[in-house]
Amino acid sequence: METLKEMKTETRKGKTLKISGAEAIIHCLLAEGVDLLYGYPGGAIMPVYDELYKFQDKLTHILTRHEQGATHAAQGYARVSGRVGVAMATSGPGATNLVTGLADAQIDSTPMVCITGQVPRHLLGSDAFQETDIIGISTPVTKWNYQITKASEIPEIIAKAFYIAKSGRPGPVLIDITKNAQFEELMFSYKKCTGVRSYNAVPKPDKKALEAAATLINSAQKPFIVWGQGVILGKAEEELKAFVEKAGIPAAWTIMGASALDTEHPLNVGMVGMHGNYGPNILTNECDVLIAIGMRFDDRVTGRLDDYATQAKVIHFEIDPAEISKNVHADVAVLGDSKETLALLLPLINVNKHESWHNRFKEKYKIEFDTVIKNDIHPTKEGLTMGEVIEEINIASQQKAVIVTDVGQHQMIGCRYAKFRESKSNITSGGLGTMGFALPAAIGAKQGAMDREVVAIIGDGGYQMTIQELGVIFQHNIPVKIVVLNNDHLGMVRQWQELFFEKRYASTVMVNPDFVKIAEGYHIEAKRVSERKDLKSAVQEMIASDKPYFLEVKVEKEDNVFPMIPSGAAVSEIRLK
Amino acid sequence: MGDNNIENQWFTISVYSENNVGLLNRISGIFLKRHINIESLNVSKSEINNVSKFTIVVHTTENWTRKIVGQIEKQIEVIRAFYHTDDETIYQESALFKIASDLLFDERQIQNIIKDNNSQIVTVARDFFVLAKTGRRFEIDEMYEQLAPYGIMQFVRSGRISVSKDEMQISALLQEFQHH
Ligand SMILES: Cc1ncc(C[n+]2csc(CCOP(=O)(O)OP(=O)(O)O)c2C)c(N)n1
Ligand SMILES: [Mg+2]
Repeated sequence: METLKEMKTETRKGKTLKISGAEAIIHCLLAEGVDLLYGYPGGAIMPVYDELYKFQDKLTHILTRHEQGATHAAQGYARVSGRVGVAMATSGPGATNLVTGLADAQIDSTPMVCITGQVPRHLLGSDAFQETDIIGISTPVTKWNYQITKASEIPEIIAKAFYIAKSGRPGPVLIDITKNAQFEELMFSYKKCTGVRSYNAVPKPDKKALEAAATLINSAQKPFIVWGQGVILGKAEEELKAFVEKAGIPAAWTIMGASALDTEHPLNVGMVGMHGNYGPNILTNECDVLIAIGMRFDDRVTGRLDDYATQAKVIHFEIDPAEISKNVHADVAVLGDSKETLALLLPLINVNKHESWHNRFKEKYKIEFDTVIKNDIHPTKEGLTMGEVIEEINIASQQKAVIVTDVGQHQMIGCRYAKFRESKSNITSGGLGTMGFALPAAIGAKQGAMDREVVAIIGDGGYQMTIQELGVIFQHNIPVKIVVLNNDHLGMVRQWQELFFEKRYASTVMVNPDFVKIAEGYHIEAKRVSERKDLKSAVQEMIASDKPYFLEVKVEKEDNVFPMIPSGAAVSEIRLK
Repeated sequence: MGDNNIENQWFTISVYSENNVGLLNRISGIFLKRHINIESLNVSKSEINNVSKFTIVVHTTENWTRKIVGQIEKQIEVIRAFYHTDDETIYQESALFKIASDLLFDERQIQNIIKDNNSQIVTVARDFFVLAKTGRRFEIDEMYEQLAPYGIMQFVRSGRISVSKDEMQISALLQEFQHH
């Protein structure tokens, strides 16, 4: 122990010392400020786990019950904290189990570093036990990946991995490390990476583009802002708010941008996209200047492209040059970090109100409220709705909770009706739509923001995809609140079958187990609600608890989510029923 | 978007990159995902030490080419990617023809073909001889047509190599990145 201590102080001073590759990996993680990682051991990563054992006072490793869970937990952690999430796995099946999480992090721009063990260098290419080409497999779903085969490469490559994962447009990086490199010794010294010569992380804002943007904005009669996660990733919430308020422009968000601006801010007009709000979708096709900020015109946002905002001049604030005019032609592109570009834009913008234009949004909201929202959150029918559950959570948590949603109807309802006062409060799988995301992501979210309430909203289908992570919640007593909105169906798919496949409910009806008993099997306090009169107190009890808590709500089996833009339709063809 | 955006055309994509084993896989994946066929691919060193150059030929729309180049450029190890039409580049391909030896002596016409096409005899063995031809694709195709009636034992053509008429200022770019 004596020597270990000495070695640690020496590394801190940046001196070199001779250690094993496996130990070097730990020192790299510590140098990057990592104190928590998720993973699962196995043959090819055992030397690193042996070091994790020795360093457990500095670095907490959480054993998820499946490697997919490790990736989603790392993502949840990254999304609430803005730090890099770390996941670790062994070679072969351990590594392939990371693929879904990598793809999810790639499409939702989440900073994550995954470390996998690999068979020793001399066995590479021999179809050795648990050898898979994880570099080949993960290439399309990583921002960068690399295989280390010599211990001496470890410090530089891990430093580069963290830099790439978090800089510019963030994303997942996978580092595969052969077992011989974990055993070999190296002269260790660590230097953080501050740049990669072939990689321009943040393009410099162009003054002319900013001026052109300001001119368009200042002369617009019906300007409209749609922001995405780029605002959150760029920590530009204050800059967005200042811009929106000064210019008096109605602003809507993509699902990934939710919570960057207070839900109840008077200029926040709601969500765009397939199940977004009525006004912002319809009026997308009426605005004269569309200001897109840190969003990428996903097809779930745009509906049919050749009918999307064709009347408008489009200004695109974006960090990734490859997104410019990828889906929607940008008349003005302002490249750069949103925090920087929005700050530079502000002084060029005239004060404005756009009152009558804003009233158009209010009118549309009234229509949506009367036909959809009222019945969703204040239903008069007997069965419980998902919307009223979300509303009770808003009330009980005073809109301060981090809401983690899975994928399906409950996700759309959750994102439509959850209210946020603080940024980084909506954690969901937006781009990939990964069922099974929410339970492990909620674990990561809680551990990334221990002072915040974390409520996972999950469907009965998705819950059963990663239900084993209850084991983590129980073992580490992680006080997440789990709400399963049980409609005994793969509801979202059933909705499509009802609307577009003449109610042929192929494999969407589920006979479910006793979820309360399962939670209790993990020693988690659990309750089931199936009547309205019990809902409020059950939600309050759940929020008041300082322990993990499971609440199953039996909701209407065949409710649908509206409004809806059917696939292939234009945003202005959004249906209210 | 202009009309030339929707018409198929030949484009040469030039990619300057770090020398990395995995990069070819990453780049080819970008084409694969969009069902765009790589008509020709050449990887070599470039004018800068330790910087590789990929030369990729595609037949598609300018719109797709622009987007692909954007995706390629986004890869960490790619320094810069460009695309050019045929008019904007000087480009060539090379081909080898293996022909039975007796033809060289028996058929006068073969010697004319060699001369007319400005091709070289690389080697003459007992049973065969090898012709090399460098030029544009249609020139190689013409020579192929002329030799085909006599019998070609083997034929192979290289990927396109090209240089742009414009400057590509990669060294300056690398310096700029370095100082970020
Ligand atoms: C891993 C995965 N498989 C399949 C799908 C397709 N899918 C989208 S929503 C959905 C139904 C989800 O059912 P449930 O979790 O019960 O949520 P609900 O829609 O009923 O609220 C399915 C199967 C998916 N998104 N992810
Ligand atoms: Mg369901």
